This record gives sequence, C-alpha cells and structure tokens, in this order.
Amino acid sequence: MELYEFPAYHLVEMIKRREVSATEVLESTLNRIAKVDGIPGKIEQEEGTDQQPDRIHAFITLTADRARQQAQAIDHAVVSGEEVGPLAGVPFTVKDIFCVTGTPSTAASRILANFTAPYSATPAERLEAAGGVLLGKVNLDEFTYGSSNESSAFKPFPRNPWNTARVTGGSSGGSAAAVAAGEGALSLGTDTAGSIRQPAAFCGVVGMKPTYGRVSRYGLIAFGSSLDCPGPLARNVTDAALMLQVIAGADRHDATAANLPVENYVAMLEDNIRGLRVGISPDYFRITYPDPETGELHQESLSPEIETAALRAAGRLAEMGADIVDDIPMPHTRYGIPAYFVISRVEAASNLHRFDGVKYGYRTPDAVEDLNEMYRKTRGQAFGVQPKLRILMGMYVSAAQYSEQYYNRALRVRTLIRKDFDDIFDPNGKYRLDALLAPTTPTTAFPIGDVYGDSVLMQYADQLTVPANHAGLPAISLPCGYDKEGLPIGFQLIGPDFCEATLLRLGRAYELATENDAWREIKPAI
Amino acid sequence: MTEEITPETFEHLVHLAALELNAEEAQYLRRQLNNQLKAIHELEAIPLPDEVAITSHGVPYTPSITPPIRNDEWLPNSDTKSILSQAPDTDEGYIVVPDIPHTDLD
Repeated sequence: MELYEFPAYHLVEMIKRREVSATEVLESTLNRIAKVDGIPGKIEQEEGTDQQPDRIHAFITLTADRARQQAQAIDHAVVSGEEVGPLAGVPFTVKDIFCVTGTPSTAASRILANFTAPYSATPAERLEAAGGVLLGKVNLDEFTYGSSNESSAFKPFPRNPWNTARVTGGSSGGSAAAVAAGEGALSLGTDTAGSIRQPAAFCGVVGMKPTYGRVSRYGLIAFGSSLDCPGPLARNVTDAALMLQVIAGADRHDATAANLPVENYVAMLEDNIRGLRVGISPDYFRITYPDPETGELHQESLSPEIETAALRAAGRLAEMGADIVDDIPMPHTRYGIPAYFVISRVEAASNLHRFDGVKYGYRTPDAVEDLNEMYRKTRGQAFGVQPKLRILMGMYVSAAQYSEQYYNRALRVRTLIRKDFDDIFDPNGKYRLDALLAPTTPTTAFPIGDVYGDSVLMQYADQLTVPANHAGLPAISLPCGYDKEGLPIGFQLIGPDFCEATLLRLGRAYELATENDAWREIKPAI
Repeated sequence: MTEEITPETFEHLVHLAALELNAEEAQYLRRQLNNQLKAIHELEAIPLPDEVAITSHGVPYTPSITPPIRNDEWLPNSDTKSILSQAPDTDEGYIVVPDIPHTDLD
C-alpha cells in the first residue's frame, strides 16, 4: 500500500509517531497526481475536452510549493515535540468555489479566471490551521451549476476514475474524483442540491452534507444562499468525521453559522447503533423523468440494481442492531426539483449580479459607449450558458407579476417538504426515526455527453438529494456496491437537524458490517 | 403548447439581466427556460391551504442556535493593495469605469 492510499486518520497517527514524515506523504500524493491527473483544466483549452481521455483532470490549480512548505512545517513541529493539529500532514484539495488566500479562485468560470482570492474561506482556513496540507483547487461545474462537471469553463473537465468515459457527477466532481483516485485523502466540497452526495455516489466515496449552518459559508462563492452547505468528501466515514469536526462550528464572519457546540464525532463513531430507527420510504424508490421529446414528466421505478443495493444496505444496518421501519410516507419528495428550479434560480440571479467587470474578474476588452454596455458585454462574454440560464429564470420567476405564482408558491412547497421530515423525525410522532435511508442517485455515473445540454434532465439527477437541501437537514452518502458495468452505487442517510453524529455512527456501522465483503476490495482501475 | 416565455419576454429578461447574447445562444436559452417551466408547473398540482407559510430557510433559526448580533466594529484590512489590484482598471486608488449614463432631472 502506497502512502497516498492511506486513510487520513491513519496518516495523522503515523506522522505524529514519526513513522513517516508529512513530506513523504505529500511526495507520494504528488507523484500519484502526476501519474493520473493529466493536464489541469484551463480556460483557453475550449477544445481540450477530449485530450488525455484516460486521465482524471481533477485539478484547476496545483499548489505544490505551498504544500511542501506546509508539510515541512508539520515535520519540523513533530521533530521539535510541538503540538500539531488533528489533520497534521493530511493532503487535501478544495473545490474551486472557495476563496483561499493567494490562490486563483475561479468558480470554474471565465468571469473569475483571473481572480486571486485576498482571503480564505473559513472551512478552508480551518483545514490548513488543523495541519492539513493543501494540494490545490479542483474543478467543478461553472459556479456549481450542474451535476456532471461538463459545464466547467476549465477544460478538460474531470473524468470518473472508475471509467473515464463517464461523468464524475457534480458539482463537486473534481473533489470526488480526486479522493477516489488517491489525489488527496480529503476534499472540501459544497452541496446545494446534492453536489457533494451525488458525485460521491458516482465516484464510490463518502460525502457528507452537514446541516445548513453547521459549517460557515464565509468565503464560499455563493449559489443558493439558503441552500449551500460546505462539507467533506473522503474515502471512509472516519476521515469524513475527522474533517467535519475541524470545519464545523460558529463563525463571526457568518451570521447563519449556528451557534452550537460541535460534538466529538470521531469519539462517538463506534457507539452501538442498537435500537436506532432507520426508515425506508417508497417515495424515494420511484423517480420522475422528463420525456425527451415532449418534456412531460412521468414516474418510473428505480433501477433494480440501485434499489437492491440500497435495500441490502438497510439489511446490513439491521444486522448491526438498527430497527428498519418500512413504508414511511414522504409525499412531497417529487416536488423537490420543481421547487428547486424556482428557489435556487432566484438566489443565483441575485448572487450573480455582483459579477459586473468593475471590482474584480473579467472585463470585456471591447470598446464600449458606457457602463451599461460594459456590463452586458462583460457578462455576455464571460458567463457560460448555465449561469445565464439561472439568471434569466431567477429574474422571470421573481418578477413582481409572477412571484406569487412561482417564487412564493415554491417557498410554501418547501414548507411541506420540510414538514414531511419533521413528521418522521418527531420523537413523539408516529415514526420517531433517527434517519431515513434512500438511494443517493437515480442512476449510476452516466456517459459523458449523454445528458449535458438538456437542463431539465440534468437537474433531475438531483431528485433524491435535493429534499434534504430544501429542509436544511444533514445527509451522508456511502458507497454500497457496483452495478453490472462496475460503476459505484451510493445510498444516503438523512437525519434531523444537527444529528451528524448519528449519521456518522450509522455510516461507520455499515462500514464495519461490510468490511469483509468482496466488493470492498475493488479499486478504480485508473 | 404555447411558449410561456415569448421572444419579447425573453428580450426583456435579457435586458434586465444585463447580458449580451448571440442569436444561437438566445434560441437555446429560451427553449431551455420554457422546458424548465414545464417542470415548475408541477407545483400547481399541490393543494396549498392558507396556513402553509413560506420557508426561506429549512432549519429554524431559534434563539438557542442563532449567533448574537456582533458589535459594529471597524476593522482595517491589512492588504487593501491586493484587493484593489484585482480591479480591471484603477487610477491612484480609484476604480475606473466607462461613462456612467445619467439623465438630467428637470
């Protein structure tokens, strides 16, 4: 086993015991990146999508010099007998939607391609302060708008380590691909409709969307401000817990970061799950799809492979002592995407108004008559089609004459989606659940080019993940096997507000129950 | 089915959004917006009694988890140069923009 393959928690122990140095771990990981990643995403490589089709292309910016300095500082501290942080010497990546001091912080958009962040996002700063070694910034859908990474303005966009003809999922696709391919033990992602969990499922890794407000959004380039959640991607539950512990907590820079103590997730990981009530809802085992010709929506059964894998996971939790409760009603699940089409677009349009060619980022080089023409040309030239779609829809559904019909209605439907969860998690209610178990995605990783271009079909890739975002609830996606094409399948556990510790415990119990399964031995062929 | 976002409505939105689009892009975007509206109309199937209020945040911000309002303190930034250096055009600490349209009031 090479050093780049070790779990983060194991690396920290080895580095602290001086069995290995942070520099050795880093060099092993940098060698791995050099071997598998290929050319980084670049803005001028518009035609570069098909270059090096057998490489991962997770990175936009590699910060090898910074990483070497950080690793040397850890090694010096260890040798000097100084206290080191809980992530001492662990190589990690950051989705390029976070500002990190001194790094290009691009949102995978032409409009920010030349922007260098003058400050760090709180969760990224906390990872570095905890001894983490920053490998660089990884690719994503432009401004996080997508579920495949194909919309990134930085080409080539990332490819799935299990099959490089398949998408990584998104929008945290670079994060999931990097973690799966051994390019860093951890990655900091964001989840607005499933953008941590869906790529985690597609790439066979663990991804956690914390409760809204559990992790500060300061320094995160905003998409949907009432939905965005930073969170961990990792190769196992213990590493995800370790990382969440570092990034969670109140922050004076973010008034929506909850003023609530952070539990010791790692210490509680292997507590018994006996008696925890885990629900299964038929509403998460049927899916909605738009007809490719007419656009009409119809309902289908879930793929039998995904259904079987998720139900098998429930069976393994039952073996570990959880009580499985069937037939949980979640009647508003299917309205998650239509409501999201409205709410996220209004918030995105509002957030994207700041990109105007004045204070930072791209400004049109064309001669212009006045400021308004500069705005139009700058935004027209530098936004890709996904931001443009979101701005236009956001303006339409929030216009004075339409907002009652669309925006206010969607916000009221959001209330019903939240109520579905309140009812099943109510400790005095009929179901008294500790978690809801469901498949993470309607399909496994789809072929590159199959869905991109159809913005409705792409959005429905998030239909099983988005309800937790509307409700603000924590959820974790875990790998649970492979389909007949060898692509990873994921299932998710959704819990009540701020019950991350319970979800991590259940996830760890599932890992223990399946640790000797044959499928656990399979690694990506990259 | 008639298109909800007509070319005229679309033009108005593009103007409000401060975007300049080419014809091919405009055609694609308008078609996608109309397709998305078909999905959005699903919301009309849901009965919404008057007592269903709006939810702007999933997690209720109760006093026990809401951070106290912090003091309005002035904190100088230590590196204003690096912030200003991000601006596309500057002159002696000012950000330069093209002519700002204005209308003289009577």
